[in-house]
This record gives sequence, C-alpha cells and structure tokens, in this order.
Amino acid sequence: MSEIAGAPGAADPAGGPEPTTTERKTSEVLHFAVRNPKLLIGLGIVLSLLLLGIFGPFFIDQDPNEYVGPKSQPPNGEYWFGTTSFGQDVWAQFVYGLRSTFLIGAFGGGVAFVIGTTVGFVAGYKGGIVDEILNMLTNVVLVLPALVVLIVITAYLEVRGVFIQGVFIGLTSWPWAARAVRSQALSLATRDYVDLARLSGRRTWRIITTEIAPNMSSYLVMSFILLFGGSILIAAGLDFIGLGPSNGVSLGLMLESAMKWSSLYLGMWWWFIPPGLGITMIVGSLYILNVGLDEVFNPKLREL
Amino acid sequence: MWRYIGRKLFVYLLTFVIAVTINWMIPRFMPGDPVRSMLSRASVGNPEALERMNEYYTGVFGLDTPLHEQYLSFWAGLFRGDLGISVMLFPQPVLDIILRSVPYTLALLVPAILLSWIVGNRIGAFAARKKLLDNTILPVGYILTAMPYMWLALLLAWSLGIVADVLPTANGYSPSLRPEFSWLFISSLISHWFLPFLSMFIVALGGWAIGMRNMIIYELEADYSNYLQALGAPTRLIRRYAFRNAMLPQITGLAVQLGTVLSGALLTEIVFNYPGLGTLILQALNNRDFFVLQGTFLFVVVGVLIANFIIDIVYVLVDPRTRVQMTGGAA
Amino acid sequence: MTLRVNDLKVYYQTLRGDVHALDGVTFDLADGEIMGLAGESGCGKTTLGKSLIRLDSRMRHVGGTVELDGKDVPIGDDRAMVPLRYHEISLIPQYAMSALNPTRKIGRMINDLLRARGVRPADIADELRRRLELVGLDTDVLDRFPIELSGGMKQRVVMVMSTLLNPSLLIADEVTSALDVSTQRAVAESLVEFRDREYIKSMVFVTHDISLVYQMADTIMVMYAGHIVEKAPASTIINAPRHPYTQMLISALPEVGTTTEQGRLEGIPGTPPGLLNPPTGCRFKERCPLAFEKCNERPPLVEIEPGHLAACWKTG
Repeated sequence: MSEIAGAPGAADPAGGPEPTTTERKTSEVLHFAVRNPKLLIGLGIVLSLLLLGIFGPFFIDQDPNEYVGPKSQPPNGEYWFGTTSFGQDVWAQFVYGLRSTFLIGAFGGGVAFVIGTTVGFVAGYKGGIVDEILNMLTNVVLVLPALVVLIVITAYLEVRGVFIQGVFIGLTSWPWAARAVRSQALSLATRDYVDLARLSGRRTWRIITTEIAPNMSSYLVMSFILLFGGSILIAAGLDFIGLGPSNGVSLGLMLESAMKWSSLYLGMWWWFIPPGLGITMIVGSLYILNVGLDEVFNPKLREL
Repeated sequence: MWRYIGRKLFVYLLTFVIAVTINWMIPRFMPGDPVRSMLSRASVGNPEALERMNEYYTGVFGLDTPLHEQYLSFWAGLFRGDLGISVMLFPQPVLDIILRSVPYTLALLVPAILLSWIVGNRIGAFAARKKLLDNTILPVGYILTAMPYMWLALLLAWSLGIVADVLPTANGYSPSLRPEFSWLFISSLISHWFLPFLSMFIVALGGWAIGMRNMIIYELEADYSNYLQALGAPTRLIRRYAFRNAMLPQITGLAVQLGTVLSGALLTEIVFNYPGLGTLILQALNNRDFFVLQGTFLFVVVGVLIANFIIDIVYVLVDPRTRVQMTGGAA
Repeated sequence: MTLRVNDLKVYYQTLRGDVHALDGVTFDLADGEIMGLAGESGCGKTTLGKSLIRLDSRMRHVGGTVELDGKDVPIGDDRAMVPLRYHEISLIPQYAMSALNPTRKIGRMINDLLRARGVRPADIADELRRRLELVGLDTDVLDRFPIELSGGMKQRVVMVMSTLLNPSLLIADEVTSALDVSTQRAVAESLVEFRDREYIKSMVFVTHDISLVYQMADTIMVMYAGHIVEKAPASTIINAPRHPYTQMLISALPEVGTTTEQGRLEGIPGTPPGLLNPPTGCRFKERCPLAFEKCNERPPLVEIEPGHLAACWKTG
C-alpha cells in the first residue's frame, strides 16, 4: 500500500527567501488547510460517517442482528435501507457496522503504527547491525501476503473478537510504514541538532521522541491515516471470508452474509450496496484527506 | 550483482523458512485438538473411513513424537512435495487439489496485474499533465483503491451479470460442459473469466495511476528537469525523461502491491465462485480442512517469493544505475 | 554592450504578499566581462541569476527591461524566452551534480538536448570532444551514466554542456559551493578559459564567496536586500570599496584567499531587512554606521569614478 498516498517528499520548510518562524508556519498551514478542498471534503465525509457510527446506534433500539421486520423488504420509510432475507434491519446493521469499522481501523492501524514507527525510528536512528536486522525483519514481513497469513492464523481461533483481529492485522501490516519512517529518520538523524542531543548524552528514545519525531509529525499523521484505511480493507476481507468477529456486526460481515444468502441472485441490492459503499467512502475519503494534508504540509505542492 | 541477488535470495529464503515454521506451529500451539476439530466437520458417514482418517491424521501430525522431530519430519514431507491429504476430498493429496486451482488464479492474476499496471501508468502520466485532468483522475483513483475488491466484484456481477444479463457470474466455465479443447468450452472459459478479471483490473488500476502521477510530478521537479527547462528543452523531452524514470519505482511497486492484489484475487474469486485458490480457501475454511488451507498458504507464499525475485531481476536489468553498479563499471 | 538591465523588478509571490527580491536593479555587462555577483544569502543575487534565464513558478516580473546584444529579453514571457535559452543565454546551475538525467548516458542526453534545440549532434560532436578534453575529461564519459562520474566530473560535464552553443551570456549560479577548494580553483580557471576562447561572451558568476570571485572576475557587483549597492572592478571592490556595506563585507573576510561560510556575517551587527514590506530609502540604513536623514530616500546608483558605481549618499 505504500504507493497509494502522495509520498511526502523531503519537505523543505523554508522554501521562500525569508526566514519563517514556527508560529508563522502554523498559521500558514491553517491558511492552506481551510482552503484545500481535498482536505475539507475528505475530512467532512470521514467525520460525518464517524459521528453516525458513534451516535447512530443510540437511536436504534434493537440488536442489529435481530430479526425485526418483514423479510427481504426493499428500502422504505420504515426500514431505510430495507431488510435482509431474515428480516434484519440493514440500516441498523450499517450504523453498527460503521462503528466497528472505525474501531478496527483505529485499532489495527494503531498497532501497525506503533510497531512500524518504532521499528523505523530505531532502525533509522541506530543504524549498523540493528538497522540490518530490523530491515531484514521488515522485508520478510513485507513480502508475506498479509491477508493470506491472517486467514491461516485466524482460521484456528475458536472465538474471534475485534481486539484479536486488530492485533493480528497490526502485526502483519506495519512493514511499509517502518520503511518510510526509517528513511525519513535516517535523513533527520544526521542533522546538527540531533548530533548535539546525542553528544549531550540524551537517551536514544528521548532523542527520537523530542528531536526526530516532531520534525516529521505531518509525515507520521499521514502514515497513520494510510494504516487506518489499510486495516479497514484487510478486516473487511477477513470478515468477508467468514473470519470476522464471532457474532459481531461489521460492514465486512454484512457483505459476507449478503453473499452467503444469495442477495445477488435475489436482486437484493440494498443488502450489499450499503456496506461496500460505507467502506469505500471511509477509506476513499481518508486517502483524499491524506492528499490534502500532503498539499498543506508540503510547500512544494501548494498552489498559489 | 551476485552479492545483491544473494542478499535478496537470503531474505526470501528466510521468509520461506518463517512461513513454513508458522505453518507448522499454528495447528500445534493453537488451543484445541486440530485432528478432532477437523474431523468433526468432515461429512463422513462411514465409521470405518472415519477411523482410517483419524489414524492417518494423528500419524501425520506425529503428535506423540518430540517437537523437534515433528518439525523435521514436517520439512522432510515438504521436500517430498507432500502437503498432506485433504479432509473434504479425502483421500486426494492436497498438492493435486491446489494444482487444479492454480491455473484459474494465475489466469486472473497475471493479466489483471500486468494490464492494470500498464494502463494505470499511462493514465497517471496523463493525469500529471493537466490540472483539470488531475483533479478528476486523482479522486477517482483514490476511490478505486479504497474499494474492497469483493464489493466491486459484487457490483459488476449484479449490474452486468444479473441486471443486464450479458455475462455469467459464477464458476470457471458452464456447468453443462466438460473440460475439452473445443471452441465452445474455451469461449465459456473466457466469458466466465471476464467479469472477475475486469473487477480486479479496475480496482488495481487506481493505485497504479496515483503512484505514477505522484512519481512523475516528483520527477518533473527533479534537478535534471529544471536544468533542461532552463536550457529551453521542450516539455516533450522533459516528460519523456520523467516518464521513463518514474517507471522504475513503479516496477518495485509491483512487488510491493503483489500481496494486496493477490488478496484481491482471492476475494474476487469467492464472489464469482471462480474455481481458483480463493474459492478453495473458502471451501477449506467451511470444511475445516486445515491441510488444504495450510498447503494453499505455503503455495501462495512460494509464488509471491518467486514473483518478487523475478521483479528484482527485472529491476536490475532495467535500471541503468543498479546495472552499472553491479557490473562494476568504473566509478 | 552585451547585457543591459534596467530597473528590473522581480517579486516572489507568497501568502502574505510579494517579497521584493529584486527591487529596481540596473547594471550593464560588457563584452567579455566576467562579473562576480556577491552578497549575503537572500540578497537577491540568485533571483537575479534566475530572472535572466527562467523565472520559477513563484517569481513574477514586475517591471524593468533586459537587453542582450541590443535585443529585448522578454523575461516575463516564458514561451518567448525559449528561443533565447541555451542559444543566447545559458546556465550552470547550483545543482550541477544532479543536473544530469540519472538513467540516460551522458552523450545521449546531450544529443537529445541538442536535437530538441534544433542542432544536429553530428555537427557539433568534434567540438564537444575537444571541449571535454579541454576541461580534462576523457571523451568516453559520453558513454557513461552520471552515477559513474565523480562530483567534479559531473560539474565539468555540465559546464561543457551548458556552453556548447557559445551563448552570449552564461549564468553560473554558486557553481563552486559544493566543491573542495582545489576543484573550485580548477572550475573557476576553466570558466575564464571558456571566456578567453570565446565560448561565452560574458558571464555572471553568482557566489557568496568574494575571495574566490576576486581571483577570476573582472568586476564585482555587490547586492544587499534586493538593491545593488556597488559595482566596480574586482580589485577596487576588494581594495578600495566605497559603499559602507561593501566595506564591512570585505573587512569581515578573514583574509583574501580563504572562504567565508554562507549566511550571516559576524562582522556586521543586525540582519538584513525583510523584503515583504521593505523599508523605504537605503536598505542598509538600519545597520549602517554612517546613516543620516537623507538615507530615507533611496540613493541612486551613480558612477563615482570611471567603472565604479555605488549607491550611497555619502559616496555620491
């Protein structure tokens, strides 16, 4: 997934002929942020879906998997997104599904982010044999196809939850983030102020967290967003194969049951269109939001 | 040259060993008795056959021997090409079952990857030209890469297969035909192949277009582009250089994306009930046939490693920088 | 007269308004003249160098004219500049080390460029080889990729490539800053040699390193905050500068023959003014020990003795 986002190039903060202070830079970033349609549209869609996922379930009384209504109803006034072959409310499932989709994105993406940035920072900063070993580890995990590994691992689990799913997704999808962070850290680690910190005897992780990480914070934010989106897609794939959380609700599980109960051949489009659309909108908006962020943070990409 | 290839080979070999080890460990260290849980689902009416299977699988797992012996005999079996015997299709060897499915998966995967790569690169290069194009192609590209493979597959199957009713939406060929070398059979193969192929092609397209667009913009800002512009070189020449140089990282991207596209192929196959590895995995899961599942896993890993290695070699041959460094030209 | 720049104004567009990087610059460059263009970073010297060949996307031509060999140079019109580029005005960029396409053999890149500029590579092949040998390169560099060459070799290839069509004006932008001292000298000598052999008619040599430019340039022009402060024969600038800024700049040099680091000069208290809303009058007045009332008006650049121009009320 590394090629997806606009790889933020080595962002030279001071492009102009005059010096820029941090304060000025912040206001400049804001200035561009509120004028960047990609950022605004992406953020708008993600936030509204997030709000729907957080608050929507409070307005739904029944369990989303409960058989509440007439079977196989197309969308109507009472069941906005129609009902399944069993009379489950698709809208209720969709709203709950959004919630768990964000959850798995945050969780899987979070685990991958922590592993990826840690490995990347340590490899890039320490160099030498540590770098060699971590790099090799990264390459090994990188070439293993994540979904297939996940299928084999989760197939043996008797009970599956969102938590376990997130951990496993995180464990398999961190490598490209580690690579990206490593190359950035590598270039930052040779800067003067880092040398200074090192000479003054500060501990490695202190230097990383206080000197290196803040200087690539925008880069880290963008990496996290990509990992977030990637986790959602992988989780949806697992759910679709039938390895989703047991007795849970998720957009991927909705697709699975729609497929399993032949909604396709019964012409029940309202069963399989909403979950896929939800995933596409969340992940697509995240990606577009990311491009917007890149344009805002990277002076080279700004338009005047 | 050899050093580089040796290094790569070492990583791939290491990956293979790790994959095999994972494969060996999972059934042994996961909670529960794999043999029992496997056979509990096996629909075997005949108690005698069940007895035979039980005996066989306990023997294969070698659960009564020490762990390191189990591990070694696992490897030994692997080198004999023995991936075990299937539960759901007892007593067919897993390897045979997998080999039957592989051609279908490859038939989807290889054309989908190559064509989406070629077309996506073209589109991306085109998008980098004009602001207007960029502002339309870029969001479309991102939305395509954000689509779950199976969802686009469902949409295509529904719209082109069910509503418009122009293409078949399930199986590798018409169930009324038997595999043979005839026009009828081949046309059936192709018409069944088309929708799953199309759906993979479309999803993969977006990623390549975006990657290419970003790489080209990066190259157009490179020093050599600026220099040529200052010397009045026409945009055509500068673009040609940028395109060629941007292609090189896209080749590496091919290796990086392989896992994702492969996963996409598996999911797409399931939607279309296409008789490749994806559908096989689903069947294995539903029947708790862990031998087939794990055999497929190993097979896929080996395939990915080989493909990666091929891409590495191609890259070395195509990029003059690595080529020159490796043949030891004067510095 | 090769180059005549008259009241040239080029601004950088930024969010907070225009940065007046070149604010009314007037000077002449004679046939055969090598002019060193010096000043602190941010004084507008690089902007001036770029303006003469290609404005980057954020630069805007606000006013003033440029003439080369009696013909107008339409610097604000990117398209109209194309015929002049390379043929009449050429550039050795600051980034010469990375100016070559990394995936193309050097000879092929040169041929691509020549063909694109309407020159048959075969017509010029012998000359190309001669010039490569002149700068001490083996002609088989043409069959090499840039990665196979050292930094100094790439620099020399770019020098030859940029001047192959005998341009009237060559802009050399900080060409020596990435090189070690002995290579710097060699590059500077080659450029003088190019002028002597009439490969180039005249040259603007942008640098922050006055001591290097002193050794090779005929004249030196000093800029400060978007204005020209002084222009004179090189020895005059070094030995008898008249403008207070130039005097302080020269006295801040440790001694002639060593190099100064780019950036702020320790010897002069204060920093150059911001160019977003530049102060009226003389731009050096805040830091100038001699400043008086009149300095609130902009001092004109006047010839105080033949060939020596300065912009200061005290020298006028």
